[in-house]
Amino acid sequence: MRVLVAMSGGVDSSVVAALLTEQGHEVIGATLQLYDHGAAIQKKGACCAGQDIRDARDVADGLGIPHYVLDRETRFRQAVIEDFADSYARGETPIPCIRCNQTVKFQDLTALAEDLGCEALATGHYAQRLDGPDGSPELHRAADPVRDQSYFLAHTTRDQLSRVLFPLGGLTSKAEVRAHAARLGVPVAEKPDSQDICFVPEGRYDALVGKLRPEALEPGEIVDESGAVLGTHRGIARYTVGQGRGLGVSAAERLFVTALDPARRRVVVGHRADLPVEEVALGEVNWLIAPPEGAFRCEAKLRGREQPQPATATWDGTTLHLRPDSPAVAAPGQAAVLYDGSRVLAGGFIRRRAVDRAGRAA
Amino acid sequence: MTPLDLDANATEPLRPEARDALLRALATGGNPSSVHGGGRAARRILEEARRAVAGRFGGEVVFTSGGTEANALALHALSPGRRVLLGATEHAAVRAAAPQGASALPVHGDGTLDLAALEAALRGGPPALVCAMAANNETGVLHPLAEVAALCRSHGALLHVDAVQAARLSAELPGNTLALSGHKLGGPPGAGALVLRGGLALTPLIPGGGQEQGRRGGTEALPAIAGLAAALLAPYDAPRLASLRDAVEAALGEGVVIAGKDAPRLPNTVLAVLPGVAAETVVIALDLAGVRVSAGAACSSGKVARSHVLEAMGFGEDAGSGIRLSLPWNAPDDAPERFRRAWEGVRARLSSRRPALAT
Repeated sequence: MRVLVAMSGGVDSSVVAALLTEQGHEVIGATLQLYDHGAAIQKKGACCAGQDIRDARDVADGLGIPHYVLDRETRFRQAVIEDFADSYARGETPIPCIRCNQTVKFQDLTALAEDLGCEALATGHYAQRLDGPDGSPELHRAADPVRDQSYFLAHTTRDQLSRVLFPLGGLTSKAEVRAHAARLGVPVAEKPDSQDICFVPEGRYDALVGKLRPEALEPGEIVDESGAVLGTHRGIARYTVGQGRGLGVSAAERLFVTALDPARRRVVVGHRADLPVEEVALGEVNWLIAPPEGAFRCEAKLRGREQPQPATATWDGTTLHLRPDSPAVAAPGQAAVLYDGSRVLAGGFIRRRAVDRAGRAA
Repeated sequence: MTPLDLDANATEPLRPEARDALLRALATGGNPSSVHGGGRAARRILEEARRAVAGRFGGEVVFTSGGTEANALALHALSPGRRVLLGATEHAAVRAAAPQGASALPVHGDGTLDLAALEAALRGGPPALVCAMAANNETGVLHPLAEVAALCRSHGALLHVDAVQAARLSAELPGNTLALSGHKLGGPPGAGALVLRGGLALTPLIPGGGQEQGRRGGTEALPAIAGLAAALLAPYDAPRLASLRDAVEAALGEGVVIAGKDAPRLPNTVLAVLPGVAAETVVIALDLAGVRVSAGAACSSGKVARSHVLEAMGFGEDAGSGIRLSLPWNAPDDAPERFRRAWEGVRARLSSRRPALAT
């Protein structure tokens, strides 16, 4: 079959292109240009630098497959970077890699694959797309738990998923990828794994946010949950729910950010015990199963680096109400993903809780 | 099946005349600046090429590394002390070489230069240098150069003409300077020329060892230059290409807008605008179907950008939806039919999500 492979220039997607070529498929490589890397400063460890585009092209040339560079600067700026700043201005902590997967990657590239007569879009992500008993696509965690990226893919729609391949999802170790790379002659440049936000140089996201949404960097009050003013902050975009460092207020006990109130430009702080919440509301829910009626049991993951925890969920048609068995810390704007064992059931974004006049999170 | 080349404006296939001249020059070797017999033999080839170019356009000829350098040399030499006015659809080689403060002259919706705006810009103010391309590389639209030249003359302005895409079409190109490129004519890449008329003085962009009468340093790329001259003189069957071009346009079908369709155009060039479709998608889809075209503009990384030419022509949102089909000098007679077959497959797929393209 004809397959479009999203090639980042890294070893994972290069191995995907090489494996599919080896299997006799007609492979077409595509690399996204997401921003002007000259402007974004050369930085190591983030995806999508200019060097990566050249690396991807070199790999494609080595495999003898066509390769195209897709200019997605405008789309990326609107769908990811502006959303990133808007989210901070709303008092949230955004998760731009998911927005990017949702829009620039899976929405756009599955459409492009269709336009190009490709039967599938393949990426180097670590997750498994399995066919369910009725033939409908299921998203599962990667076989290698260390490398699992299903949390970042839970917003892929079922329609997109039906046309997506994750050839690395079944590999059980990094060594397997390296072995494939060696066998297929794919260069394995020693590159650090991408963990930073690719478009934010040196992790300094505040300058970017300040340029797009200056109000998010305006100073305001730090208040406790009764509304008493404890100090001033340097812009709500610099704080995230659960944060316990760098608050600049002294108290007998360590204080944590419990809520952000953009309307009054306030950072609400409280004690560690005030952080966990009984219920988390999720919006923009993407269902990968038929939404169950009534309450159902699942495991929920509320941030990238934690294990899913048991919870009960209820779907009211617009909002998914999640009650973790043990109250949990939830940062608005972050993604929450519901699992049943290895299978992804749904993904959503954590909604901000209403803040009452005193500043208390309701 | 061999791919169908419809991207001649990117580079023309090498013409046999140019290939012969190139091989002869390679066999001769030598440095035209040498005093000895080897130098004389090389110089003979160089001056023969110079006479060929000068014979066609008149004036003196300075050989360069290509069209970009020829344009840059003209701007470098002619712009000091002058206001620079350049057409909004000029090639990047001209736009990037223009000094800061250069003003863009608008074009009409059909891509031709707005003469009233030119005249208004020329009136009053210090003497100007006007840059107007003979034929646009994306649309093939020809500017009304005779009128442009007359306006320049009457206002004491100099005229530089980027003739890279139009040099084969007519020897009647006006302008104080003309820029040419070898590989756009079917010569090898690596040589271009700046034609100078009226005894214009020229300060070099690249000084060096006094070659080209001190106007362009560096040993001349003799084989490429010989190829340029041979390609320039090779017969070019414009009427045949124009009829193939018309057939290609007909094959595009409904819902496709031809930029500058009613303006005088090159015989080989079509810029087809597909509203709502990213040019990049079509270029890739056609490549996979064995037809080589380009988007209006592409940078060296291969990424497709919005076309400043379509923007200047008022295409707005659709400035990123133009694909350029340019027939090479040796386009086969069945090129339109082969294009039609590939395009119909691509179009059928694209139209499944874009009703405007369905016919």
